Amino acid sequence: MNEKEVSVTGRRGEIVVKELIKFSKFMINELKPKGRLLTPFNVIAGSILIVAAILLAIRFTKGLGSITNLSQSYPWGLWIGFDVITGVAFAGGAYVLTFLVYILRMEKYHPIVRVTILNGFLAYVFYAGALLLDLGRPWNVINPVIGNSFGVSSVLFLVAWHFMLYMTAEFIEFSPAIAEWLGWRRIRKLLASLTLGAVIFGITLSTLHQSGLGALYLMTKGKLHPLWYTEFIPLLFFVSSIFAGLSMVILEGTISHKVFRNQISSEHRDSHNGIVFGLAKICAATMFVYFFLKLLVFLHDQSWQFLFTPWGYWYLLEVIGFVLLPCMLFIHGLKRESLLFVRIAAILTLVGIVLNRLNISIIAFKWYEPVRYYPTWMEIEVTLAVIVAEIIVFRWIVNRMPVLRELPGMGE
Amino acid sequence: MDRKEFLITANIALGAVLAGSKVRAAEVNEKRELMGVLVDTTRCMGCRSCEYACAEANGLPEPEEDESVFDNERTQSETQWSVVNRYETDLGEVFVKKQCMHCMQPACATACLTKAMYKSEEGPVIWREKKCMGCRFCMISCPFDIPKFEYHSAVPKLHKCQLCLDRIRNGEQPACVENCLGDEALVFGKRSELIEIARKRIYGELGNYVNHVYGEHEVGGTGMLYLASVPFDKLGFRNDLGSESYPALTRQFLYTVPVVITLLPPFLLAISHATKREQGKEKSEE
Ligand code: SF4
Ligand code: SF4
Repeated sequence: MNEKEVSVTGRRGEIVVKELIKFSKFMINELKPKGRLLTPFNVIAGSILIVAAILLAIRFTKGLGSITNLSQSYPWGLWIGFDVITGVAFAGGAYVLTFLVYILRMEKYHPIVRVTILNGFLAYVFYAGALLLDLGRPWNVINPVIGNSFGVSSVLFLVAWHFMLYMTAEFIEFSPAIAEWLGWRRIRKLLASLTLGAVIFGITLSTLHQSGLGALYLMTKGKLHPLWYTEFIPLLFFVSSIFAGLSMVILEGTISHKVFRNQISSEHRDSHNGIVFGLAKICAATMFVYFFLKLLVFLHDQSWQFLFTPWGYWYLLEVIGFVLLPCMLFIHGLKRESLLFVRIAAILTLVGIVLNRLNISIIAFKWYEPVRYYPTWMEIEVTLAVIVAEIIVFRWIVNRMPVLRELPGMGE
Repeated sequence: MDRKEFLITANIALGAVLAGSKVRAAEVNEKRELMGVLVDTTRCMGCRSCEYACAEANGLPEPEEDESVFDNERTQSETQWSVVNRYETDLGEVFVKKQCMHCMQPACATACLTKAMYKSEEGPVIWREKKCMGCRFCMISCPFDIPKFEYHSAVPKLHKCQLCLDRIRNGEQPACVENCLGDEALVFGKRSELIEIARKRIYGELGNYVNHVYGEHEVGGTGMLYLASVPFDKLGFRNDLGSESYPALTRQFLYTVPVVITLLPPFLLAISHATKREQGKEKSEE
């Protein structure tokens, strides 16, 4: 090796080191919290997380029964019924929006596609991840993954695999934002070229696992109240995930426009109303279809005799009060061009989804059982912690990466 | 473009593999001779010898001896896999031993994503500790609510009758059958032969039995078969379960999966191309 070469490699090394130092400085800077630390939100969120950590420590040493009300007759409680089954329905906005933007190319929705994907991705990580808290023997969770024990006839097997694959797809869809944040132009281009494939894959997976969550209950015939049990649960779950996800997008949009005001360009703010009304239209249409399907199923299963019992009234409340009514409100809001009505409709819709998913997983499940399940405060606490953790990570990312705003010179 | 298309094809292939194998949903070969047990409740004296034998054979705590256990209907539990209950009927007291039904097409094994719940070749449905991840989907799915979970353990196990598979493999009878003090109240044997014995008893002692072998058709057939003198719903059996097997309830959904995985992506791709072209047109017109 002559002197020249040595100096060249030396210089190269220097550049690499410099870049590395620059990068780590950037990372350290970005990792630091932005803004004041001791805000009321942070204090409350922090304490919720700490309490949950203690509770989970107890749960993993003393067993699930130590902090939950789960029993031999109610093996699945709030953590599955709400966190996983309801949470995943709420996260449905991501696949619907990617369908609108990347498949139908409705450019109107482009400004919110990124934040929705981020929300969807985090929802899966945290809510589907909450499944792990509920597993009695989580160390064996690798069995159905690495293939030494594939229970391929199991709907849960399908759902679990689709969760994992879908998270990957959503991560790929979101990855250009990360590359922009880090200033990696060439990698960004590469990642962006993967988007369409990931989107198509993601929509397919979503169709299947949204309905798959419903299919979990196909074998509960005889346990689930006849007003809710139907062979069409998968279809109903799929259709309802569309308006559940979009209502969540409407609600989240409303909130983040208040919280992250400074991030949002004025153009975007103006287009926001148009977007909300567009989504409201889709909600109204799909809810109408859903209501109609519910009606057909009801007629098909001939569950008349249950209609005028307390269970029947409860069922009617769900279907009329929280499907038909918000559907009407969406239509009314569209006619009057009233954001307020649309927002109320979105909230009612979300309540309706919670009701429906909890009815199937908990309330109307084993409806004949004399001793009922209701969650302990500790189960609720841990659920809150999961939500809080998601919000914190979401805020961290939105404050750093180009999610709501656009980076100059990085346009698509 | 190439990369995109490759990615999509790869995705489809992967999905089809994942889904395609599902189609053969844990269907148990019905022609194979599976073993089972016939429980003749008219011959059971309620001595509970089977309960003690079960506890001993499986290392479970010894059941309580007191007669008062009969006062309330008991269910199986993490510490007791087999339970004898007493029912007051029009024809007097009837004792019924209940445990896992060892379904021909078990809902639990179909539900299990790790194959921890498993229908053995011999017939008993067993739980395999090394595979189970404790999701409890088997408990949700079992039509008889049999599997029980240890809620107060950091290393929880599931509990259910294994029909003494190890003993069967050694040519022995299940512990409960071997220790039954009744006159053939429990009979172990090939399921088809048990059904014949059951028929013979029903027709041989007309009036002594209701004409129904519980388990012959329920949920697609079970390894445990029951005879009784009173209708089965008087003995705590569900008569609303139907004769369709539980795995059949999810079969249609699982069949749809590969169809969606193969047809939806190309369809989406086609729409995406079409909309792109349209956009291009609009732009050039402008
Ligand atoms: S009774 Fe329940 S636990 Fe036993 S084999 Fe049938 S489904 Fe499985
Ligand atoms: S709890 Fe265990 S045995 Fe039951 S379905 Fe889950 S993994 Fe299978």
